[in-house]
Amino acid sequence: MGIIRTALTSTAVRSLTSPNSIDDYLEQVHPMLAADHVRARVVEVRRETGEASTVVMRPNGAWRGFRPGQHVQFGVEVDGTRRIRVFSVSSAPSSRRRDRTFSVSVKAHPDGYVSQFLHRELAPGTIVYLSQAEGEFVLPEAVPSTLLLVSGGSGVTPVMSMLRTLRDRGHAGDVTFLHYARSRDDEMFTDELDEIAATTSMRVVRVYTRAPESDAELAGRFHVDHLEHLGIDPATTLTYVCGPAGLIASVRDTYDELGAADQLRQEYFKVPSVDVDAADATGTLAFDDSLVEAPNTGQTILEQAEAAGLQPDFGCRMGVCNTCALKKNSGAVRHVVTGEISADTDQTIKICVQVPVGDVNVAL
Amino acid sequence: MAITLRRSKKAAIKPRSASSHNAAPLTLINPFSDKPATIGLDHMTYEQLDEFGRELDAVRQRVLDDLGQKDADYIRRVIRAQRASEVLGRIGIFMPFFPPAFIAGIVFLGLAKILDNMEIGHNVMHGQYDWMNDPMVNGARYEWDNMAPAQDWKHGHNYIHHTYTNIHGMDRDIGYNLLRIDADQPWYGTHRFNLPLAFVLMIVFEWGVMYHGIELDQYLQGKISKADFQARKKRAMQKIRRQVFKDYVAWPVVGLALVPFVGWWAPLAILGANVVSNIMRNIWTFLIIFCGHFPAEVQTFAEEDAQNESRGQWYLRQLLGSANISGHAPFHVLTGNLSYQIEHHLFPDIPARRYPEVAEDVKRLVEQYGLTYNTGRLSKQLASVARQLAVYGRKPSDPLKVGNSPESKALRRAKREEAARRVEALRGTQLTS
Repeated sequence: MGIIRTALTSTAVRSLTSPNSIDDYLEQVHPMLAADHVRARVVEVRRETGEASTVVMRPNGAWRGFRPGQHVQFGVEVDGTRRIRVFSVSSAPSSRRRDRTFSVSVKAHPDGYVSQFLHRELAPGTIVYLSQAEGEFVLPEAVPSTLLLVSGGSGVTPVMSMLRTLRDRGHAGDVTFLHYARSRDDEMFTDELDEIAATTSMRVVRVYTRAPESDAELAGRFHVDHLEHLGIDPATTLTYVCGPAGLIASVRDTYDELGAADQLRQEYFKVPSVDVDAADATGTLAFDDSLVEAPNTGQTILEQAEAAGLQPDFGCRMGVCNTCALKKNSGAVRHVVTGEISADTDQTIKICVQVPVGDVNVAL
Repeated sequence: MAITLRRSKKAAIKPRSASSHNAAPLTLINPFSDKPATIGLDHMTYEQLDEFGRELDAVRQRVLDDLGQKDADYIRRVIRAQRASEVLGRIGIFMPFFPPAFIAGIVFLGLAKILDNMEIGHNVMHGQYDWMNDPMVNGARYEWDNMAPAQDWKHGHNYIHHTYTNIHGMDRDIGYNLLRIDADQPWYGTHRFNLPLAFVLMIVFEWGVMYHGIELDQYLQGKISKADFQARKKRAMQKIRRQVFKDYVAWPVVGLALVPFVGWWAPLAILGANVVSNIMRNIWTFLIIFCGHFPAEVQTFAEEDAQNESRGQWYLRQLLGSANISGHAPFHVLTGNLSYQIEHHLFPDIPARRYPEVAEDVKRLVEQYGLTYNTGRLSKQLASVARQLAVYGRKPSDPLKVGNSPESKALRRAKREEAARRVEALRGTQLTS
């Protein structure tokens, strides 16, 4: 398939199909048939907890695989609109060459349209739209002899991919997995973690912060004492941490204080805040591509961008010509004519007629 | 279990945001006067114009709220038909030894180009399907099978033409700087050849659209910068290279494979088929576009009348400045629903398949306010356009309508001086205050 794929995506073929790409034709034959666009068919949706599920997918040939710890943009179509979120891969790369399936695990966020959809409605057989795997939060090619993996809540997913990989490889090093969850019921992959603890040399320590178990080694939120108790020296231990901002901040502070910051690899689980009831001119307007942030003044996003010294494209400034249309990464905006508030992430908006409601992040 | 999360909700319109929006597009604001625009005053009062605007806003919102799977399915069906047509066309023209297949191939290829340019390209590039969040139908990303690069076409069409529709001196689409199609355009000698020029433009229409987008006239008048002009030229050259290479070089070269079986002329037959299919598309798009704005009774406006216009007046200008073409459903698809030119100009960013349903509301408002709804069969509108071209090609007796007459030159000079005086006066007041 490699040669065919290279030929199909070559400039020679491109010049015959211009201005389209070969995928614009192939996908009409079958949606999974594409030289370049990554698609996957859902094989299974597994409930992990009452709120979390794992989606197992079989990607098409355009998928170039992943490294444990990476994430993927995951798009599902609901009522004609493609909704895209970023989810971590939770499975380990398969040892069998023909088996290309992989999975993402997702905790249903109460306001998360896609995560709720995944948890409640996504059916096997559905075709989902993916990116290639992305992210630098990955295990090194040569895993050092001592390794600490820390995760909190649903931040367990990329770490789980690492853990499963190390298990599958029969990694002999000194690996400690330190996980914080509210309670055992709230924890994903409980049975498999039990099994890993029982059958491998990897040390699995779980801390249930709200419902601690009587025989638990550790209790409460992350603290430097936890590391001491586990006998871990941050200065010499490559450490991965993924989870809520609070956990990452306290781990990072600890490592900074101990002068071990260069041993720390971190990945945030970003849940953008959306408050559709925010008062006028509150929150922050972030221009993501320009790395500029400004307090929301209540004017249209176009006017605020210009006030911030940016030069976005614009035309009519009345919502007609679409020249200023760009992607809103997150946040709620209000249309100045109709008053309609839209709070979808990854939505194309015309910034000349949209006012931010609370925190908004746009691709400008 | 149904998802109960709200996708959107209504919020009270804050006076500030609403009032700042009920304003003319930036360049239509008169810096010297707050006097409201006079458009539509012979039909209704200012209050009625505001109400008219609100009613149309409500129609737009009603359609936007209803967009969903069926609209997504529709555009994908059209894209599928376009791709199938193109593939069949390319196969057909590789059978020059079997004339029925060869001719069918040309027709399919022309049809594919028409669908790509009209119902898909034009409408997608208006942002009509941006809500789907599918890169294939994203207005910012789409590139069409046409000589004109999407970016420059979008600027000239979506912004300039759709915002300043039919305002003399602002909408560059009134006669495309080539033809005299309206009584208020100045007459020049070349307009004697209005009809033959229009015929030539029809045959090479995609080249005309591309040339129009380079904006040489704007550059020569000093309205766009040299850098802007050169960037336009560069994009146009790149697009021309790609289009010409594909249709007139690459596919005929692939056709060399036929030479041993068919004869030396096989690549030439394929080249010729590509030329004909491009001309088919040129003729069709030219006809539809000319019938949308140039029949008699379509109104044009002076910049002074449109300055400081309200949203209601903007809507009214769109309505009075466009004309529909009646026909059956397949005809409307082939025109990209631009046969509903009035509805398209009122709501350029809602999916075009909704225009027939919107037309019912528009007709109701037209009746309510005693306006005219310009519609007719293709033959009728076309005859009207041809008549306009013939009539306005003759030299007018009024010297003020002749561009090169001493009287017009004196008038233009007076206007320039008046504008300069105003700027001077404004600067004076700013200095003293």
